[in-house]
Amino acid sequence: MSAGTGGRTVVRLGAGVLHRWLALAVVVAAWEVGTRAAHSPFFPAPSRITSRMYHLWFSGPATRLFLTADATSNVVPSLLRMATGLAVSLVAGVGLGLVLGRSERVFAYVDPAFQFARVIPPPTLVPVFIVVFKLGTQMQIAAIIFSAIWPILLNTTDGARSVDRLQMETARVYKLSAADRVLKIIFPATLPKIFAGLRLSLSLSLILMVFSELLPGTANGIGFELTDAQSRSDLPTVWAAIVLLGILGYVLNAILLAVERRVLAWHRGSRGTDA
Amino acid sequence: MLSIREVGHSYAGHVALRDVNLEVARGELVSIVGPSGCGKSTLLRCVAGLMRPGQGRVVVGGAEVSDVPDDLGVVFQDYSRSLLPWLNVRDNVALPLRRRGAPKEERRAAAARALDAVGLSASARRYPWQLSGGMQQRVSIARALAFRPSLLLMDEPFGSVDAQTREELEDLLLRIRGEGMTILFVTHDIDESVYVGDRVAVLSRAPGTVIADLPVDLPVERDQITTRELREFVRLRAEVGRLVRDGAP
Amino acid sequence: MILEDPPAQSGERPALTRTGRWVRGAAGLAILAAASEILGRAGIVDRDYLPPASAVLARSAGLLGDAEFLSGVWSTVRAWAIGLAIAVGGGVTLGLVLGSVPVLNTAVRAIVEFLRPIPSVALIPLVSLILGTGLRTEATLIVYAATWPVLFNTIYGLQDVDPVAKDTLRAFGFSRLSVTWLVSLPSAAPFIATGIRLAAAIALILAVGTEILSGFGQGLGVFIAQAQQTIDGTTDVLAGTVWAGVLGLVINAALVLGERRLFHWHVSQTSDRS
Repeated sequence: MSAGTGGRTVVRLGAGVLHRWLALAVVVAAWEVGTRAAHSPFFPAPSRITSRMYHLWFSGPATRLFLTADATSNVVPSLLRMATGLAVSLVAGVGLGLVLGRSERVFAYVDPAFQFARVIPPPTLVPVFIVVFKLGTQMQIAAIIFSAIWPILLNTTDGARSVDRLQMETARVYKLSAADRVLKIIFPATLPKIFAGLRLSLSLSLILMVFSELLPGTANGIGFELTDAQSRSDLPTVWAAIVLLGILGYVLNAILLAVERRVLAWHRGSRGTDA
Repeated sequence: MLSIREVGHSYAGHVALRDVNLEVARGELVSIVGPSGCGKSTLLRCVAGLMRPGQGRVVVGGAEVSDVPDDLGVVFQDYSRSLLPWLNVRDNVALPLRRRGAPKEERRAAAARALDAVGLSASARRYPWQLSGGMQQRVSIARALAFRPSLLLMDEPFGSVDAQTREELEDLLLRIRGEGMTILFVTHDIDESVYVGDRVAVLSRAPGTVIADLPVDLPVERDQITTRELREFVRLRAEVGRLVRDGAP
Repeated sequence: MILEDPPAQSGERPALTRTGRWVRGAAGLAILAAASEILGRAGIVDRDYLPPASAVLARSAGLLGDAEFLSGVWSTVRAWAIGLAIAVGGGVTLGLVLGSVPVLNTAVRAIVEFLRPIPSVALIPLVSLILGTGLRTEATLIVYAATWPVLFNTIYGLQDVDPVAKDTLRAFGFSRLSVTWLVSLPSAAPFIATGIRLAAAIALILAVGTEILSGFGQGLGVFIAQAQQTIDGTTDVLAGTVWAGVLGLVINAALVLGERRLFHWHVSQTSDRS
């Protein structure tokens, strides 16, 4: 009986996966046929985009993970800047957020300034940072940090403020040290909120990574390749860069979700959403 | 061991406690019973040093309570909020021992002994949310036991479990008491207050104050069925019930 | 429930009053302004790089009398509003269709999951090539970026609808369409509203971002981009940024207020900040 149901579940699961990929394959095929028929210079066929991606970035020697020189000089710097910006945002946002969440007074001093800072659309700050830091990596990382830190910071603050009173009282009764209170209670209790913020920050940092590279005067990066191709009206490369960014966004998000799933297993469990 | 003197407290004009006096000797288990909203939990929080009473003072082990006293254990009613969901059962139980500066191995051994005492050795590696309510409350009790407090405060500890589990936990409490541990047991259940207590202090409706302090003259060995049949049990429970209902001696 | 909230806990200071919070917030802003003033006037920071707050605020106020600046802000707001309106209409409709037709949902979901992670600003060069610069490009990009949060929150909200409520109405003989209208849409509404709030912020990012990149035409972003090119335009860049922040603040405040008014019955309203 149970084996039968198990088998059926597998079949249904397989059908679901098939269904999804089938739908995607149909769309890509239609796209291919449509673009070939239309002959529009703006819409190259997906096969052309893919081969452009291959030649630009993935036709390198096996010893360098098949990456071309173009990939190491454009894709890698972009990812490094993004990783640096996001890492700084995470450390600073969580650290500051824990303090602000546990001290109503400190929070009251900075709240209006922060509320204002976080609603400024981040692209407007890029010109400001260009003035302050000049063009280059510093400016780009600053722009990423300034947009990615807010969701992490505000979510951490919110989470740290709403740690269960009973948990804090338990800590007081058993006289946990200040370090233990932070590490064993406040920080883990805040983790679900931190991840919620991190998801938003991840997509914001990707947006700002690209945006900061689109401005004239940048020397390298995926965004640079994108605007460079645009100025030469090289549409296959424009499309290739966009698809590459989509893949990167998808992969980075998938990695984050996998980490979250592991780290927050207790959270889903205690909410009863995981058997 | 514990001395509550003239304690009173009010919240924004609502008088919760007034002139509460209670003495508890070392090793005693005193039940505090009263109607809901009579300030039982407030009284317990004052004893725990989690809040300061508006009037009067609480003395634990000869020293007036201003912050949480050392050697204090607490079991709250809401086990699901008091246990940490990100730690497994053993680490939850071992957590308070970090303050004692014992090495990790010793902490784990103490946690294992405490879990054994409450019959949960098999669940040490599981997480609180994987356990039933009654088992979670056992973990809370084990956490308090592992800490070896001289004073244990229990705030409606069995209020959120089903009737059968409740009886099991009451018997568990009777087994683990002693060893010099003084226990203050807050409940609104009249039967329970008599069944587990050496004494029963009855609190009146708000503003809560002690209207009776009755010794429980029952054998040390107690049993859910036979003890409840004893004439003394039946008499006490009627007396406490009347006091709780009428709010006056 | 007075008992649940003891005002005087030992070891913890009493909660701040409303005035206490306001005074501290104002003090925080004042300290920030004073710091920028001191840094600027004492010559620690080059005034061309970072003009003091007083100069920036004075310039921001001055811009209110600048007709050209105001018409630029207006064209930004117009593009934002048009794009957001289309995104909300399209996102909710698509969400309702996908949310009530499971087969379509699984099929479209695969495509959507590959489209969504593309950072929307990456499309600016492509759309500019195809449509040139101007309102159409700006609105197109806004529609693309702002549709996602609305769409996903609509689908999410529909999944959250109590099946008992739906079954009850179905049992009384209501059609599927009227059940959607009477039960699903109202109970998904708070989620949709949250999606709209996120979409509004993203739409503003795209509006200003597109303008900064195009660098000419009309708009708040164009103003900032052009000020950055001039020799001592830093004050203008910052003054423009202040107005961009004010715009974000007004939009966010209006939407939060609207949500509170409309959905005061909904639980998540109390704790949601992000």
